[in-house]
Amino acid sequence: MSKYNLTHLKELESEAIYVIREVFAQFEKPGILFSGGKDSIVVTHLARKAFWPARIPFPLVHIDTGHNFPETLEFRNNLAEEIGAELVVPLVQDSIDKGRVREETGKDASRNWLQITTLLDAIEENGFDALMGGARRDEEKARAKERFFSHRDDFGQWDPKNQRPELWNIFNGKKNFGEHFRVFPISNWTEMDVWQYILAENIAIPSLYIAHERDVIRRGGTWLPNSEHIKLREGEEVVRKKIRFRTLGDITITGGDESDADTLEKIVAEVAAARQTERGNRADDKRSETSMEDRKKEGYF
Amino acid sequence: MDNAYLNMELLRFTTAGSVDDGKSTLIGRLLYDSKSIFEDQLDQVENSSKKRGLDHTDLALLTDGLRDEREQGITIDVAYRYFATPKRKFIIADTPGHIQYTRNMVTGASTANLALILIDARHGVVEQTCRHSFIASLLQIPHLVVCVNKMDLVDYSEEAFEKIKSEYESFAAKLDVQDIRFIPISALKGDNVVNKSENMSWYEGSTLLYTLENIHIASDQNHIDCRFPVQTVIRPKQDEYHDFRGYAGRVAGGVFKKGDEVAVLPSGFTSRIQGIHTMTGEVEEAFAPMSVTMTLEDDIDVGRGDMIVRAHNRPDVSQEVDIMLCWFNQRGPMPRAKFTLMHASNEVKAMISNVQYKLDINTLHRNEEETEIKMNDILRVSVRTTKPLMKDSYRKNRLTGSVILVDDSTNETVAAGMII
Repeated sequence: MSKYNLTHLKELESEAIYVIREVFAQFEKPGILFSGGKDSIVVTHLARKAFWPARIPFPLVHIDTGHNFPETLEFRNNLAEEIGAELVVPLVQDSIDKGRVREETGKDASRNWLQITTLLDAIEENGFDALMGGARRDEEKARAKERFFSHRDDFGQWDPKNQRPELWNIFNGKKNFGEHFRVFPISNWTEMDVWQYILAENIAIPSLYIAHERDVIRRGGTWLPNSEHIKLREGEEVVRKKIRFRTLGDITITGGDESDADTLEKIVAEVAAARQTERGNRADDKRSETSMEDRKKEGYF
Repeated sequence: MDNAYLNMELLRFTTAGSVDDGKSTLIGRLLYDSKSIFEDQLDQVENSSKKRGLDHTDLALLTDGLRDEREQGITIDVAYRYFATPKRKFIIADTPGHIQYTRNMVTGASTANLALILIDARHGVVEQTCRHSFIASLLQIPHLVVCVNKMDLVDYSEEAFEKIKSEYESFAAKLDVQDIRFIPISALKGDNVVNKSENMSWYEGSTLLYTLENIHIASDQNHIDCRFPVQTVIRPKQDEYHDFRGYAGRVAGGVFKKGDEVAVLPSGFTSRIQGIHTMTGEVEEAFAPMSVTMTLEDDIDVGRGDMIVRAHNRPDVSQEVDIMLCWFNQRGPMPRAKFTLMHASNEVKAMISNVQYKLDINTLHRNEEETEIKMNDILRVSVRTTKPLMKDSYRKNRLTGSVILVDDSTNETVAAGMII
């Protein structure tokens, strides 16, 4: 490699830092949508790099469904304290109590759709005009066409057919009052890039990603963690398995894989050999062929 | 685990094409052979193909993810796809090829190091070939790889390949591209895509994947003319960094070193680089496309939109600029309309003062009579700005030579342009 050429990880990092700085420069009140998952952890790490030696100039916004892994909450609180970032935590339970949304019923009920309302309300209440997220284009087909700077109308909706063209590294963040942007600094990263970067930068991640013993239930072709929010169905039993999670969502909809990968090195090796996509265990994506697009149009992450 | 991934490079390439030229098959094969398609994705695509009554697996369904695209069976936007080999990570900007999607092709080409041009061996150079090649040349993509596809349908004939090659070369003489390579392939059968073809022993060149992995890209960036558009100023409020005043940005050209004498434009004040900072420590030098924070020895007024350059190598500073413009919007501009012109980290108000000619992107004919601006048009225009631009020609630097126009009433990006 020539002296004046960056490695792929350095180039991706540099691109993401550039995007994050554009957000800071172009918007009045940006925030980071922080789920506690590896992608938003990487975005937060990049934001620290972008403004160092100053502190990260954005709050971490966590939409709390009440169905979290306890490990995620602990990790979130520790990280915010360590980097000196403000935490904004809108609760889905509040939206339910206020009658803004109604809890889903039925056997596959989840709070996945509900959090859209909580998120949009939080954007309005806090006056956020740009929220950065860790979504990547390789994750899901509706995300393959997402822009770095993604415009949302004053209902928080995404219009995939009418997106602004993005050329070179010029990002147009202009908007009318009441509208906002979602920004995806790691759009061009793959799952592999994220893991390699976490390894190369030695970034702390929740223990859930690393193989551990846990009580689980076999459902929908995956190992669903046992929790207070889950009801056993006929024929199901709780068993103890050594598993790890490839993505983190609500505890009610995130399945794990059996794994012995208990170090970052082993995880990277496992990802390299994987033959299933990382979101394959996410019940929220399986509702229809275009369920991600449908949710995104309404204002989902 | 070995550390090869810490040595991988990134190559961005663009493809353009229509339904029949085998583009999806080729991309599908690159993804499949590099193990970048997962089993559940393939299952899903197979199911969707069956549901649509297709007798083959339509790999376009992998990324034609939008409901309208799936229903109409077309790509309406730039789709980004990713794959990697142990040597390089690749980003494909996959764009539709029809003339009404010129703006998508231009968008996909804007960040590419390389363009993949597909020619059907049975049909030779057609209008669409010329259009894609011209856009690649207009957007100054440094490398063109021309794949003569479907060689299996012309009996793997060397003569057929050579004929298309010379046909293309005579057309390409009109273009501004330095590096053009030709590869005879069959995307369907796999000849010369990843593995060397046993059916074309007469071909002594590299396979497509080998070419993508090894083509020299380090010199695609301008490492001569130092340009640092300032994105924002970093002023920590912590006590230990009380006097720190850093200029954050991404190097757009050249190599900046600690101690270099620099000028800040447009003010013209000069100073020296005191330090180049990153979270992991100071670095001795910064080059494109690194994101860094610079401090200067003197306390001068620097802000977003300014550009730090080498004192003795400055860009042109002017309020009159000639631009090759690609119009993106369904509505043409109103007479004397004003726009916000975005250039590097700078923003100015601008007006199109004159349309010099419109270019026919199939024949490269310049039409000076027609000056009405419509969607997908490519035109040479003169633009006047309210404040000076610190500009390079696009040929010299793609980052400091490019602009977009934003309509102030709708906030839409209505055009993109290359400074001449």
